[in-house]
Amino acid sequence: MSFLDLLQFAWSALRGHRLRSVLSTLGVAIGVTSVVLLTALGEGARIYVTSQLAALGSDLMIILPGKVETSGVIPVIGGVPHDLTLDDALALQKRIPLIRKLAPATVGQTTVSHGSLSRNVMIIGATPEFLDLQRLKMGRGSSLPSGEITRGSNVAIIGTAIQQQLYGGGNPLGKIIRIGDFRFRIIGVMAPKGEHMGFNFDEIVMIPVATSMKVFNLTTLFRIFVQANSFQDLEPAKKQIIEVIKERHKEDDITLLTQDSVLASFNQIFTALTMALAGIAAISLTVAGIGIMNVMLVSVSERTSEIGLLKAVGVTRAQIILVFLAEALLLSLVGGCTGLAAAILSVRLVTDIFPSFPAEIPSWSVLLAVGVSMLVGVMFGVWPARRAAQLDPILALTRR
Amino acid sequence: MIHLEGISREFQVGEETVHALKNINLEILDGDYVALMGPSGSGKSTLLNVIGCLDHPNSGSYFLDGKDVTSLDETELSLIRRNRIGFVFQFFHLIPRLDAAGNVELPMIFAGVSREERQQRVDRALESVGLSHRSKHRPNQLSGGERQRTAIARAVVMQPSVLLADEPTGNLDSHSGQEIVELIEKMNREGLTVVIVTHDPGVGKRARRVITLHDGELVSAEDQGFKG
Repeated sequence: MSFLDLLQFAWSALRGHRLRSVLSTLGVAIGVTSVVLLTALGEGARIYVTSQLAALGSDLMIILPGKVETSGVIPVIGGVPHDLTLDDALALQKRIPLIRKLAPATVGQTTVSHGSLSRNVMIIGATPEFLDLQRLKMGRGSSLPSGEITRGSNVAIIGTAIQQQLYGGGNPLGKIIRIGDFRFRIIGVMAPKGEHMGFNFDEIVMIPVATSMKVFNLTTLFRIFVQANSFQDLEPAKKQIIEVIKERHKEDDITLLTQDSVLASFNQIFTALTMALAGIAAISLTVAGIGIMNVMLVSVSERTSEIGLLKAVGVTRAQIILVFLAEALLLSLVGGCTGLAAAILSVRLVTDIFPSFPAEIPSWSVLLAVGVSMLVGVMFGVWPARRAAQLDPILALTRR
Repeated sequence: MIHLEGISREFQVGEETVHALKNINLEILDGDYVALMGPSGSGKSTLLNVIGCLDHPNSGSYFLDGKDVTSLDETELSLIRRNRIGFVFQFFHLIPRLDAAGNVELPMIFAGVSREERQQRVDRALESVGLSHRSKHRPNQLSGGERQRTAIARAVVMQPSVLLADEPTGNLDSHSGQEIVELIEKMNREGLTVVIVTHDPGVGKRARRVITLHDGELVSAEDQGFKG
């Protein structure tokens, strides 16, 4: 029989019980919409976060003390990592000409106060290079003093929120701020910046890195931020940094993060998340498939006399299987296409309401949706189709 | 052209074995008009189903148009039913969602006949049963007699060698029943071999041969000459 005739026959059978057919296609449509929509949203989140990270700059590196493996719970033969010191930072700067700028940094948390007002805030110990590398600007006054980084003075710069909360929004320059047990003189206010790299820079206080190590009793730096001369110099600079540190620490006990590696990890995490979402949505497709199987089984049991008649006029078992499979496939394909259309519309709606959210339907999820809906139709249609083909025509025809 | 030798058919009903047909020997020649009669449970419908290749005998042989069909597999039997046999049932068995033309067209769709040819043959078949004006009606819009006429058109549209009718008038009033018998007889006159299962003696009287069954056995085969 021709393909078109088969389709027409299957279609007429589905139209015969319209409500049932519509409800089972709805199940598949919902399943497909969830798969496609959730993967699009997952993709969008990934693109959003990684593009934010890309703003970090491709010529930047971050040095962390300790290798990622040694900072785990399991004790390693190497033992505790060596301190990452200001002298290390100075050595790197002196010995590696590929490094254009570097900024050692520490973080700590304590109470700062002025008069009777106090707050518990994050303190960053840094250098003026740090502000350059993080693209932080000063709003008032001057930045941290440049010069010998091992000498720390008792000066501080504050964020606009601190200015508001402790100094009533007025001019804090020259005023004293207590940080822990120490007194600092304010020499500048940072321009408003907001959230960046996990910190809200309006709510921090920055002091020279050497002073911060005294205040918090630190022997090791939190990070060293490094800018290479160019993107091409990153890899060679990375190797040289490891060399220098190996020499000084007697082992390679630092972790170097480049934008590439951070991006790669984030990509991995988000891709895994998106896969998980797709997996969950795929479960709903399986449920929809069971719905189709149910509808087809009911259809077969309702149409026993039709099946008996078909056999009597010489329709082969293979053709009967084809007919019922075609019905199941039609149900799932119509559901798949409807679901896809609904997903495309929803994504468009999301991007209209949130234009900065780059939700995008990846082409693999379209193929997945259509492919899986066809697979569902065939898998869940086979058993009812075979039952139809195995029906005893005489029993079917002796019934009314 | 229908040659049955030693045909037996048994069924398992619970723990008992029912012998529906016991060692039937029968020959039906081309163009014959045969009535299969007998009380309820005599095996006449089972015999019709065996002749129609819808049921397999447990033993014996069946030659249809010279070909041994007892050794054929299910697919080959389907093709025999498609091309050589036409069935008419007591309860019509029309597909309710299709109109009369759609029902008549059915065997040809699965036989792979082209759309244009199907159209022509449907028209001719409906004309031969006098239903050209009702071709677009669904079964629930047709009278009992019209439904059976549609079924007959469907049975002959593939130009079978034999028409098998199982109680074709059983669900009709006497007037419609009469029309149906006359229609079947008209087709027999045009050369179609006809076998009717009936318990209606009025119908049985009209056939050329009456084969009587009792308890699965062939008890008599009477030649009555054509009374049509």
